[in-house]
Order: sequence, then structure tokens, then C-alpha cells
Amino acid sequence: MNAAGSTGAAVPADRSWYEASARARLDGLLDPGSFGELLGPRTRTLSPHLAMLDLPGAFDDGIVVGSGRLAGRAVLVAAQEGAFMGGAVGEVHGAKLAGLLRRACALRPDGVLLLPDSGGVRLHEANAGLIALSEIIHGLLAVRAAGIPVLALIGGSNGAFGGMGIAARCCDHVIMSEEGRLALSGPEVIETVRGVEEFDARDRALVWRTTGGKHRYLLGEADALVADGIGAFRTAALAALAADDAHRADDLDALTAAHAALVRRSARYGACRDGLEIWRAQGIAEPERLPLLDAPDFLAAVAGRDA
Amino acid sequence: MQLATLLEALFPGGHAVQVAGQVVTGSATTAAGPVTVIGTTDHAEIGIEHALALAAAVLASTRAHPAQPILMLVDTAGQRPTRHDELLAINGYLAHLAECLDLARRRGARLVALIYGEAVSGGFLSFGLMADAIYALPQAQVRVMNLQAMARVTRQPVERLQALAASSPVFAPGVENYVAMGCVQALWDGDLAAALLAALRAPAGLAPRAALGRQRGGRLLAAAIADRVAGGEA
Amino acid sequence: MENLQYEFAGQRVVATPPAHALVGVVASGNLEVMIEPAALGGRMQVQITTAAGGFGAVWEAVLRDFNGRHPLADVRISINDVGATPAVVSLRLDQAVEAFEGGPA
Repeated sequence: MNAAGSTGAAVPADRSWYEASARARLDGLLDPGSFGELLGPRTRTLSPHLAMLDLPGAFDDGIVVGSGRLAGRAVLVAAQEGAFMGGAVGEVHGAKLAGLLRRACALRPDGVLLLPDSGGVRLHEANAGLIALSEIIHGLLAVRAAGIPVLALIGGSNGAFGGMGIAARCCDHVIMSEEGRLALSGPEVIETVRGVEEFDARDRALVWRTTGGKHRYLLGEADALVADGIGAFRTAALAALAADDAHRADDLDALTAAHAALVRRSARYGACRDGLEIWRAQGIAEPERLPLLDAPDFLAAVAGRDA
Repeated sequence: MQLATLLEALFPGGHAVQVAGQVVTGSATTAAGPVTVIGTTDHAEIGIEHALALAAAVLASTRAHPAQPILMLVDTAGQRPTRHDELLAINGYLAHLAECLDLARRRGARLVALIYGEAVSGGFLSFGLMADAIYALPQAQVRVMNLQAMARVTRQPVERLQALAASSPVFAPGVENYVAMGCVQALWDGDLAAALLAALRAPAGLAPRAALGRQRGGRLLAAAIADRVAGGEA
Repeated sequence: MENLQYEFAGQRVVATPPAHALVGVVASGNLEVMIEPAALGGRMQVQITTAAGGFGAVWEAVLRDFNGRHPLADVRISINDVGATPAVVSLRLDQAVEAFEGGPA
């Protein structure tokens, strides 16, 4: 869908983030030609554990890490390839990300961009994946403690689930598209363990009302809600980095305030069974229309809410 | 081991630890000084209220005595998989708990975790795994998922996984695998009070898990891969 | 998993090639193709790891056609495949060459 700018020149359509591979997302996100990959595919760091199970590996073990620029600002980046093993974290995959976060502490870039697209731990290497996620969480918190902003950009088909759902919320800013999802236990797990009455995993609308970008934005789990476009994510990422130029609050006070907000959330929505009830409680008129609105209309519709 | 028995064994000098809603909080006396005690019991499934209660205890300890060590007693069956927990974003509550523990550590509190029951998945990730050093009782059960469920999800025959598990600690449940991977420092057997004292007096800081995993043969690649990326290798 | 290797004659050396070109992802019905310059006395070497065994003859035919279209010399082509069709394989190979010839990465 092209739009004419004020000069009459055609504006190229913003490519879908959801449809794009990890490499295509980085390519569109970063300044042209600025990306330099670390431990790229030539190093052939495939997972030996998948080979033991006679499963195909990837030269980069499903995560692309490196450096680049975002409107001239130096950033370190990591993008999970959701199409490979569900973007899940194995030994090599996890170590690449942990190493990148250590590098961030040493290099002090202007920011770290994490592009999660993952169901969490790669079960084929379960213990290694869980331990790696622990190292990733430690690493994310170390980068933040060093005063470097860390952004999570979530809009892929796997969303950020499992340990990646926890890791994503250990970042300073979470930017989500309406396609994105952010949670812990997946819908199939809830249905398997607790039954279809508890959660019908095939009810897509329910899944998105519970874990999707719009709901997470209204809940305060995501700071920004964008359209499904690589350009839209870029704009939001730049805004988040710019906002972080501000002085950072004392950690204990910030965590105490965050704690109070979670206590308030639990109290306020303790009886809610559906996202609609939460949105209604925030004073949003016609909450059932929200899933149908595109990002700009959605943001306008919820602007006056009691967050 | 029952919690009451465990507390007696750990703290012969006495303790003031209570349990409410499967959450353990309080403090105790050791020869190395007082410690804050937090944790869960009864293989608790961690829901949003558990995460909040644990985080509150950590924040309180950090405010009142920032340098006081925190002993984390781990017995969880993992995160509670319900619609309500997911609706309210339990991942955010668990991330908050992890952040509180990390802050406590930065403010000078040594974090020691002891797995005395179960340690599973997300409940373990945001709690026990945040510790400087993790120990376990020999009967502790540590896992991401049970083998049958894992076989279903990965579409591998369970017999094949069982066979591979015999030679590789990388995916199967078992505390011995987590020791081999360098995640669990050591198993505590016998004099638990003495073991705790040694842990409280060990050098401060995050245990070098990746190096330990390589040394013990359970996690052979991670340390080198992370080093290469950290060092800027293209 | 099956490992296959083929060699073909090459005719065209890419001047100032990038260190590598990579296209595709390792997912069902898909494959990743990496091309690197290599000192092979003018030949093209193709190494394949595939989850779909028993298709050696098909791979050879597809690669021979590809080599006919793009007789690159002194290149190593490495593939991780998860049961892609010949059409998809040919597409990825052509895309990889396009990326490789597009200039320094």
C-alpha cells in the first residue's frame, strides 16, 4: 500500500516484520551497510546435540549477533531466527547471546537491541538452554546496570515465550507489534495441563487478547505498540533510545515502584478472566473493537484510558 | 526432605522462618551471621502471587540489611500454567523477581540457592538460577520438563531419549546432569549447617558456571563460543 | 541425516567476491545455502547435509543444471537442507549466486 508524501514521491510500503527472516529484520532495522556479524555462518558453529539426534543444524544455530548503527548510534544486536527450531535457545545459540551481552558491557554501545522470536528453551538441549537463559538474564541485567539501554523488539510468529518471555521483560523497553505475543506458558501447554475450558489453544482471538501486543501494551508489559513493519520498529527503537538519554532512576526506588505497580495490577484485575474485562476496567469504550483496529487507530482509541 | 527438618539441620542456632501460601520467608542465625531466608515449599507451582511475595521479601531484605546474605530454598514444580497467570503476564512478575534478586546481589547480598525438593523450568529460572552459587540435596529433582512430555513435543521416541540421556547430560532431567553442566556447584550431604557456612564464606560473586561446565565435561562449547563473541570474532 | 558432496568444473571466477553469501533458513521444506570463495583449482564444490536421505540422484541433477546456469569457479557451496523440493533448491542456489555476485558483503 503506497502513500504519496508531500512532495508527491511514492513512499515504499513498510515490509512486514512478521514475515521477515531474522537477517531481513536486521537489514531493515539498521543503517544500510552498517551490520557486522559476529561468529557468522562461516564459523559453522552448529549444534552437536541436534546432530546426535539426527536433526538438521544451522550454520548460525538460529541466532544472528553482531554490531551496527541505528541512525548513527552504535548498537549491538541479536536476532533469533524463528523458523529454525522455533527460535529456541540451545547451547551454542544461548552462548552467542550471552557473549554478545558481555561484549556490550566491555564496549559500551549506545544500546543493545534484542529481537526475540522464540518459544524459550530448545528441549533437545533442555538443560543447556535453561542454563543459557539464566546467563542471558544475568547478562541483560549487567548491561542495564552499566547504563546501556536494552530494547526487546517482539513481532515474530513465535513471539517471546518461556524463558525468553522472562528475558524480554528484563530489558528496559519492550516494543511489540499487534502480531507479537509475550508470555510464559504457551496456549497448548495450558490446554494440555489444565484442559480446554481453562484455555482453548485454537481460539486465536483469545490467544491474542491474552498474550498479544495490544493487550500487553494496555497492561503495561510493552512500552510501545507498532504496526507490523520493519520501519515502524525502527522508528520506535530510535524513540526508545532517545528517551533513555534521560537520567536513570535509583534502582531500588525503581524496583519498589515497579513492585507497587504489579501489586496494583494483581488487585485491580484479580477477578478478570479475559483481556476484554481488563480493557473495560480501564474505561475503554467498545473494547471488543480493539482487536480490529490498526495500530494508529488503536492507539487513538486507548489514549484516554485509565492505565 | 521436609522443610522443618531442613531448617533445623541448616540452622542449629535457631531460625525465624514462616510459611504462608507455600512461600517461605524469614531469617535465621548462622556462625557467619544472620541470613535472610526465602523460598517455596510443597513443590509449589509459582503463580503471580508467589512471585510477588518472594520479590517483596527480597526488596525488604535489601532495604533493611543490604549486605545480609539471602538463602534461597528451592522447591518448585515450575510456573503455574493458567489463563489468569498468563493474562496478567506472569513472565513480567518473574522478571521482576529476577531483577530484585539481581539488585540484592549488586547491593552486596550474597545469594545462595539450595534445591531441596524440585527445581523446574521458569520457576527455577527466575529464582534459584539467579543465585551466585547453587547447591542441591542428593534427592533434589531438577529438570526443564519430564522425559515423556519432552519426547512428545520433540517427536522423538522416549527410548531414544533415554538411551542418549545415558551418555549426555544436555537435556535429561536429573540433578547430576546439572552438576555436570556446572550449574549446581555441589551436592550437600551430611552436615548441612557446615555446608551452608562454607558457602557463605566462599569467594563472592557469580560462580563461573560456563568454565565449570567445560571442566566437568557437561557443557563443552558454551564458554568458548561466548568468549569468541565477547572478543569480537567475526 | 545424509551428507553428500559433488564437484563440478567452473568457468567464471567472481572478481572481488564477498567473504560469503548466505540465503535461506533451515526449516521444513526449506534450506540454507552458503557460498564462499575457495582455492579449488577452478572447480565448484558442493557439500550438502540433508534431512531427506536417498535423493542423491536428484541433487546431482539439480546441481548439474545449476552449474550450467552459473559455472562459478573456485567456490564452495554448503547446504543445510530439510526436504526442500528441487524448485526451492534451485531458487535458493540462484539467490545465493545473486548475493555472492552482488559485491563485497
